[in-house]
Amino acid sequence: MSLRKYLKVYKKFLHTSLASELEYKTNILLDLITAILSLIGSIFLLSIFFQNNGYIGGWKFEQALIIQGIYTILNGITNTWFNPNLTEIVKHIREGTLDFVLLKPMDSQFYISLKKINPSGFLEIMLGFFLLFFCIRINQINLNLSFLTLSLITISCSICILYSLWFFISTTTIWFVKTWNAIEVLRSLLYIGRFPLNSFSFSLRIFFSVFIPIAFITAIPSEVFLGLSQLWKILLEVIVATIFLMTSRKFWLFALKFYSSASS
Amino acid sequence: MLEYRVEIALWAISGIIPFFMLNIWTNNNLNESINISDIMLSRYFLCAFFVRQFSVVWVVFSFEEDSLMGKVSPYLIQPLNPFFRYFAQHLAEQITRFPFALIIAFFFFIFNPESIWIPNLGILLLSIVSTFLSFLIQFLIQSIVACLCFWIEKASSIERLLFIPTLFLSGLLAPVVSFPAYVKSWIYLTPFPYLIDFPANLLSGNETNISGGLSMQILWIFLLLPLFKKIWSEGTKKYTAMGS
Repeated sequence: MSLRKYLKVYKKFLHTSLASELEYKTNILLDLITAILSLIGSIFLLSIFFQNNGYIGGWKFEQALIIQGIYTILNGITNTWFNPNLTEIVKHIREGTLDFVLLKPMDSQFYISLKKINPSGFLEIMLGFFLLFFCIRINQINLNLSFLTLSLITISCSICILYSLWFFISTTTIWFVKTWNAIEVLRSLLYIGRFPLNSFSFSLRIFFSVFIPIAFITAIPSEVFLGLSQLWKILLEVIVATIFLMTSRKFWLFALKFYSSASS
Repeated sequence: MLEYRVEIALWAISGIIPFFMLNIWTNNNLNESINISDIMLSRYFLCAFFVRQFSVVWVVFSFEEDSLMGKVSPYLIQPLNPFFRYFAQHLAEQITRFPFALIIAFFFFIFNPESIWIPNLGILLLSIVSTFLSFLIQFLIQSIVACLCFWIEKASSIERLLFIPTLFLSGLLAPVVSFPAYVKSWIYLTPFPYLIDFPANLLSGNETNISGGLSMQILWIFLLLPLFKKIWSEGTKKYTAMGS
């Protein structure tokens, strides 16, 4: 199938899932309030950390807000695309409907990753952008072309890493069937991405950059915002993101070999 | 419940956020400003982890699924309130979770050997009671939310909304003592600090008002119980089973 056909199919996906989500209007409203409250809550927590200290891990409050902004955008993307789609894999495998997905004349990873959309995540993405623009003003960051391209590159790499992590864990469902709780573990570890990496002790910092690449997800983009990041770090992030994307793809194809549907 | 050992172990791991928070507090010497020593703070967060493990409630998610699937109808015919069924499930899972929580505590003490302490028997019993009361408060709140399933299809989004203040105000991420004065002035009137902060302070030996905390917990239970009964009887009248 060509790229144009995929785009066409995606348009249909968007249409159907938006239509079905808009059926639950009160739900969307409640999710919007939840997103706003959750941002207020995290800023409140940050302000507790900073109420008697000027710096945490070498970051000022205004600078730590940048991390919060990036985290909010990424969390919004997770809630809009990753969470509704990838938790569905569990259902597909338990109920045996994965067969229907595999039989369709299109890429199964495409179908599984983009079928659904949750519109209430959009507000979170917007809130994150507002916070980032606010931070750009209070930190007096110069908006120039190289800054914009670098931040765009690093943030899209973060999205790729985040997607691969989610996809990787959901793929393990093929062997373990129920992975709700593994996703919970991932979520609670990603929560750490809200805080400056330098505020943790050395051993935890190593853990967060080697085992779970949280360091790459929020730390490097926020360093780009402050103009602190070196070129090698950005290159490293691009390499890590590519490796993650490729392995998650390979892992999916590998896992499918072990899939046996309910009646076969 | 023993069938799902791996799941419960994973769930226990997913509760380790208090330990990361502890790392931020001690690594940046933030606790000096609130007059809690490193050791007392690490005990506080360990206890917060324990209290959370034994007071997690998910009844709204179970009930929502059962009510969407139409499984509530047979439960309603039985002479027992179906919430007792969920209550028993929660208790059973808490017992299964106990050994995993102990293993995590064991690792915690390997990394922080100076924070080992043995609470005296009276305090231990009192904190078990207050943890159970905290569980009861959360169970009642969630059951009330779950009853809203009779009016709107997806009550779990209300629960997600309520979870935000619970997360930030209960003391799971930062002890309530450290909150700014403008929050401390009203927070003790809400149920939130009695969910985690109070039992954790009690167990870890930090300063807290024992009789005041316990009576507030009991007060909230007495406020919530009639509300639950009312909303349950209203809801069951409203209930229409699939196909009827």
